[in-house]
Amino acid sequence: MSAAVVEPTPATDAVLEVNDLSVSFPTDDGVVQAVRGVSYSLRPGEVLGIVGESGSGKSVTSLAIMGLLPPTARVSGSVRLGGQELVGAPYEAMAKLRGRKMAMVFQDPISSLNPVYSIGWQLAEAVRAHQDVTKKQALDRAIDLLNTVGIPNAKERASNYPHEFSGGMRQRVVIAMAIANDPEVLIADEPTTALDVTVQAQILETLDIAREATQAAMVLITHDLGVVAGVADRVLVMYAGKPVETGAVDDIYYRSRMPYTLGLLGSIPRLDDRDGGELHPIPGSPPSLLNLAPGCPFSPRCTYRIPVCDEQEPALLEVESSGHRAACHVADQLAHADGDIPLSAQVTSTTPRTRRPRKQA
Amino acid sequence: MTAPIQTSAQPVEATEPVLQVRNLVKHFPVRSTGVVRRTVGQIHAVCDVSFDVFRGETLGIVGESGCGKSTTGRAILSLQPATSGQVLFDGKDVTKLKGHDLRLVRRDMQLVFQDPYASLNPRMTINDIVGEPLVIHGLGGTKERRAEKVQELLRIVGLNPEHGNRYAHEFSGGQRQRIGIARALALEPRVLVLDEPVSALDVSIQAGVVNLLEALQERLGLSYIFIAHDLSVVRHIADRVAVMYLGRIVEIARKDALFERPAHPYTRALLSAIPIPDPRKERERRRIVLNGDVPSPAMPPSGCRFRTRCQVFRDELTDDQRKLCIDLVPALEDRGQGHPVACHYADVEKVV
Repeated sequence: MSAAVVEPTPATDAVLEVNDLSVSFPTDDGVVQAVRGVSYSLRPGEVLGIVGESGSGKSVTSLAIMGLLPPTARVSGSVRLGGQELVGAPYEAMAKLRGRKMAMVFQDPISSLNPVYSIGWQLAEAVRAHQDVTKKQALDRAIDLLNTVGIPNAKERASNYPHEFSGGMRQRVVIAMAIANDPEVLIADEPTTALDVTVQAQILETLDIAREATQAAMVLITHDLGVVAGVADRVLVMYAGKPVETGAVDDIYYRSRMPYTLGLLGSIPRLDDRDGGELHPIPGSPPSLLNLAPGCPFSPRCTYRIPVCDEQEPALLEVESSGHRAACHVADQLAHADGDIPLSAQVTSTTPRTRRPRKQA
Repeated sequence: MTAPIQTSAQPVEATEPVLQVRNLVKHFPVRSTGVVRRTVGQIHAVCDVSFDVFRGETLGIVGESGCGKSTTGRAILSLQPATSGQVLFDGKDVTKLKGHDLRLVRRDMQLVFQDPYASLNPRMTINDIVGEPLVIHGLGGTKERRAEKVQELLRIVGLNPEHGNRYAHEFSGGQRQRIGIARALALEPRVLVLDEPVSALDVSIQAGVVNLLEALQERLGLSYIFIAHDLSVVRHIADRVAVMYLGRIVEIARKDALFERPAHPYTRALLSAIPIPDPRKERERRRIVLNGDVPSPAMPPSGCRFRTRCQVFRDELTDDQRKLCIDLVPALEDRGQGHPVACHYADVEKVV
């Protein structure tokens, strides 16, 4: 994991630049604003963690970048990959880029693999789609890739079919496929969510190896704040289709300035928590993205709410250190003096964190 | 009553156990394809599992998919008949009970399921769902009394009783799980088996359900068997924790002992694999990455079932020492770590 302090990004050396990306889906009930203006830039070799709950728009953002949304989706804004604009790019141009310059690892490996072709064949196909090589060379490359991601007996296993692999092994195959053409950007969408923790550890290690082999920058999408803490250099927290806080990983975990981030960190039980104090759930549930009310979308659930929150949606503005931005009207009042204790262990709402009394017999 | 055996680590309060599980075994037959479906093998889902549950305590059962934790929960309630072994509740062996007697015991032991979407009938109102156990067991008195009781139950789990005539799809995931809990509480049970009750919920919602379960336990003196794969949640809610691997309990201990001084190599690997939402700590932690995958429960390895993936077996033992792991199933007993561990070479190492 690289250094946590991140300098502001000069726009020029970014491999991926996303600017004011918005996605909406027309439905019978009205227009669903799934993504409402996401901007970030990704430098070579960097890992950006995107965190949010179900429905926060984190997956849709990535699908929009890859150009994988259904034709009914309305995408606006700009996505530039190495200077090339992707929003509105024709299908053929996108097909040349996908898998070559940017690749994606999905949550569910069994549905990303074709059940009727062998693993080796599918990997070789990924190689041949972008490189002018013979079938034999492609298969050799496929076996190399399987070795890289840690599949034992790669040569024999290449002739196996997806159902003959375990969940963790399948995810390794998908990662091998994603790095087959040395992409510059790797987008991993909840790559470990369907897996057990010991397998998750294996996959995170494999992703590390994959990044080393390709020097790719990675966008890691997850709801698990623990995974992000260990892997990411920078973090983007999403809520109701918008980034609400972004910054270096330490800024987010130790100096968060957004009540939603604070709430998330306060609501998770921790493996290293000895006292077992009461958890602080965030009251209420996320808003419907259909006809959003004006104001901050988090305000109905927020303990720090002031009147202006219901009238005006806060912009994502710089706070304190460079590169750390938060979208909150009261961000300045949330500065906690003590930056050493992670906020999840501090009082994170107006109610005190009480110790659970011991049970009576 | 059976005398307390060694497999139970010291309970919170030294009282009489509510539930005693002794040498529980559950095998599922593997059948051949074809017209005559002969049994060609056995899936060893649960193997020789013993533990006690005391009044007012939470026993966490943790492990990865396929380790037999859910099957254990279901076998305790006799939802799936145990192959052998005993489940003693009030001195009665639940596995031997049938019909009316079994139903009487089930009043005292209820189950909360993982998936709050699949476990509620979409065509019944919430009032009907929560009141159904009362109807089935002929409790709750008149219709009016029963309706009052249902209202009370909804209030207890933090739902608005006025919403009782709505249907399940009108509620969010967290609310649905509360409905499932209200239904389980309807018969005033003493033991609740919670099978991954918060796994399907978003983190901000999960905390509310965990708090509710803790509050209910205090108020009603319930005993919980809390089955989960998320050890962070278990550390928060449980008093004692049993770790299962491939159908066997490999370690059982008071929560603090297990998390601070894990003695079994599998427990250590499991704990080290769980990420902590604290970047500085995460950067310093050493992760024990296990080899390969869980072996098939149809053909578990001889001796210690964990040896095929064990980091100690792989890196630290000599061939002579390994022989013991291959030949002999390690018993679950205290080997000087202060709590029972099923490992021939148990050792304590800090990983959290």
